[in-house]
Amino acid sequence: MVDVTHGVAAPVPAAEVGDVELYHPRSWVTKYVFSQDAKVIAIQYSLTALSIGLVALVLSWLMRMQLAFPGLLPFIDADRYYQFITMHGMIMVIYLLTALFLGGFGNYLIPLMLGARDMVFPYVNMLSYWVYLLAVLILVAGFFVPGGPTGAGWTLYPPQAILDHTPGHQGGIIVMLVSLMLFIVGFTMGGLNYVVTVLQGRTRGMTLMRMPLTVWGIFTATVMALLAFPALFAGSIMMLLDRLLGTSFFMPSIVSMGEQLKYGGGSPILFQHLFWFFGHPEVYIVALPAFGIVSDLISTHARKNIFGYRMMVWAIVAIGALSFVVWAHHMYVSGMNPAFGFFFATTTLIIAIPTAIKVYNWVLTLWRGDIHFTPPMLFALGFIVTFVNGGLTGLFLGNVVVDVPLSDTMFVVAHFHMVMGIAPIMVVFGAIYHWYPKLTGRMLDDALGKLHFWVTFVGAYAIFFPMHYLGLMGVPRRYYEMGETAFLPPSTHMLNEFMTIAALIVGAAQLAFMFNLFWSLRHGRPSGGNPWRATTLEWQTPQTPPTHGNWGKELPVVYRWAYDYSVPGAAEDFLPQNQPPMPRTP
Amino acid sequence: MSVIVIFMVLIAAIAFWWLSRQRLMAKPWLEVGIIGDIGGERPPTWPKAKIGLGVFLAVAGSLFALLVSAYSMRMAMADWRTLPVPVVLWLNTILLILASIALQTAVVAGRRDDFGGVRSTLLIACVSSLAFLAGQLLAWRQLVASGYFAADNPANAFFYLITAIHGLHVLGGLVALSRTTARMFDGPQTPLPHTIGELRLSVELCAIYWHFLLLVWLVLFSFLMHWASDFVSFCRAALS
Repeated sequence: MVDVTHGVAAPVPAAEVGDVELYHPRSWVTKYVFSQDAKVIAIQYSLTALSIGLVALVLSWLMRMQLAFPGLLPFIDADRYYQFITMHGMIMVIYLLTALFLGGFGNYLIPLMLGARDMVFPYVNMLSYWVYLLAVLILVAGFFVPGGPTGAGWTLYPPQAILDHTPGHQGGIIVMLVSLMLFIVGFTMGGLNYVVTVLQGRTRGMTLMRMPLTVWGIFTATVMALLAFPALFAGSIMMLLDRLLGTSFFMPSIVSMGEQLKYGGGSPILFQHLFWFFGHPEVYIVALPAFGIVSDLISTHARKNIFGYRMMVWAIVAIGALSFVVWAHHMYVSGMNPAFGFFFATTTLIIAIPTAIKVYNWVLTLWRGDIHFTPPMLFALGFIVTFVNGGLTGLFLGNVVVDVPLSDTMFVVAHFHMVMGIAPIMVVFGAIYHWYPKLTGRMLDDALGKLHFWVTFVGAYAIFFPMHYLGLMGVPRRYYEMGETAFLPPSTHMLNEFMTIAALIVGAAQLAFMFNLFWSLRHGRPSGGNPWRATTLEWQTPQTPPTHGNWGKELPVVYRWAYDYSVPGAAEDFLPQNQPPMPRTP
Repeated sequence: MSVIVIFMVLIAAIAFWWLSRQRLMAKPWLEVGIIGDIGGERPPTWPKAKIGLGVFLAVAGSLFALLVSAYSMRMAMADWRTLPVPVVLWLNTILLILASIALQTAVVAGRRDDFGGVRSTLLIACVSSLAFLAGQLLAWRQLVASGYFAADNPANAFFYLITAIHGLHVLGGLVALSRTTARMFDGPQTPLPHTIGELRLSVELCAIYWHFLLLVWLVLFSFLMHWASDFVSFCRAALS
């Protein structure tokens, strides 16, 4: 190791960033409700996202019940089933994962990991949460409008999304589009904060290449989200106008039930382009923060520096850039020019290269590491397995010739649940087990955490692994019931029942997690400031949980990268980022 | 979608230019110590509000690029029927250029501590921007009066949508601009020394935003006038 400072490290003068003037809350309301403190906003974001996620979890139970035991729950009819599908997908992808990774983890970790006192625009940050909450409430209102929420599928493809006879065409689709637009507005406010804080809020010594990979992942994902969400925004406005004012952006001339509709001249494919121009980056908006967090979890809990840090950073940036030129691989069956299919298949497969680099680096970090099987580590390992699994089926689906027969089958459902459902949620859990002590000063219960992991991990496999086989046999997605078919043997039905039972068990296991969250708040083992003996700055705060302003009088100064674990010759097996270099022995 | 891809390439170029100056080739595991001694990264000099605005412009730019993409994609289909572009749009374009020039003058006047000049140019910018919006509404009324409704035809719908979204962005900018103007007029003849920096920055941010709005409008206008599509077909012909 090369010491760059010569002699004993001299005390370093004031921070590189001007110390910001902090907003000081005066009352309980401004401290905990309309708070401008990124940490409170982060908790608000996380709790809201997890709560709405529970709704989506229950919806998935109801869908699974219908698939395995049709007719058992008499209130599920075909329309309801489509509404459940739509809301489940939309909530999980946007209102849970995007909001939790960027609004929740981003808000909490960016200022703390970079040694800042807060986000750069705290007021806008607060607005961001309240607009997000409004979007969630409007989304939930969809359940109560006449006709119920929209049942157009989470992709909301026109023309069917706004035609009569699609469930929720009366009010549900309007509510959904308005909610999405608000979400985007709220996210943009937050996203500006995350980006500018990373650009301007870093403490002295925190160069970009010393940032923990968590921040790299969240930063890149935010940049992508800022650029991709406008596509969904534009699509939503145009569809809303089609629905409300009768314009024809997406609506072609249609004869419905023998009646010529007033629409004419719109292009449904145009919506698909807009939607997937958002939709594909969205996959990586969810995945990149997960990549970053998992790198930090593995490094910390294997007591080893991350393997190939530079390559990890470059891979994150490369994936972010590439993900903008692959969107049409979701549209292979839309009748597009085969030459385009070839182009998009190629770009899609190229993304596998940086992604594989990341997987190799995680595995090589584990190699000969001092692996502690703590709940965060278990979830990180679970992530690697499920992500590789989902990534491999992605290679199948990225090829046009393989995708065409598999399109719209359960294989696709299994693929995206593995890769952007189970894998990121594993990271969410791992991250919660990892950072909960910082939030509360207490540890989550270890035994319950391990139980939670094993049931969730094995259960999720029990649900989604067989689903691939259903898809290969030709079971289509989005079918309310299969009925009697010649091409499906009775064993497919047994498999469906098995998957449903697994889904119920996995869902119930989350109760143990929630119990753990609340119980440990009071009764958990006190954690101290740095229970995992981690190097990054958020563990070096003077108080735990960190107080308003995060740091005491002086901002921390960063002397080293974020992964100094098991450094030869060091007294401890970790060197915090703000620990000055050892004086060189003469 | 070619317009948005070009826009993204532009953004990517900026991002990579910036990243290339961030010592991405560094080996952080070998560099222990105060980074100032290692050399390389300098403390950022731009105010955070300016960077925030820059990021926001990228977001708004992406929205407009997508709208133009959608518009030109639809235009390429065989059944496209155009609508006559009202003449008043020419006047509006001049008004927006005027506002942009006025704000740039205000920035220059602010740097010379000529605060009377700042006040008058800010007023000119406000008035001409309002006139621009009024002119856009007039163009809508003319179109409606001659029977071009939004629901009739995709070309009409796109025209109303694109001008409306641009107009809303002008309106949002006017909120910031009028607040800046009010602050200029509220204070003493020569603003207090500790507020001067902040006022200069506000004026500069408004100017940047207006230049952006002007640029976007010129692109939109060229598409609405079909010059851009002529240009694209000219390029296609030249290539093939």
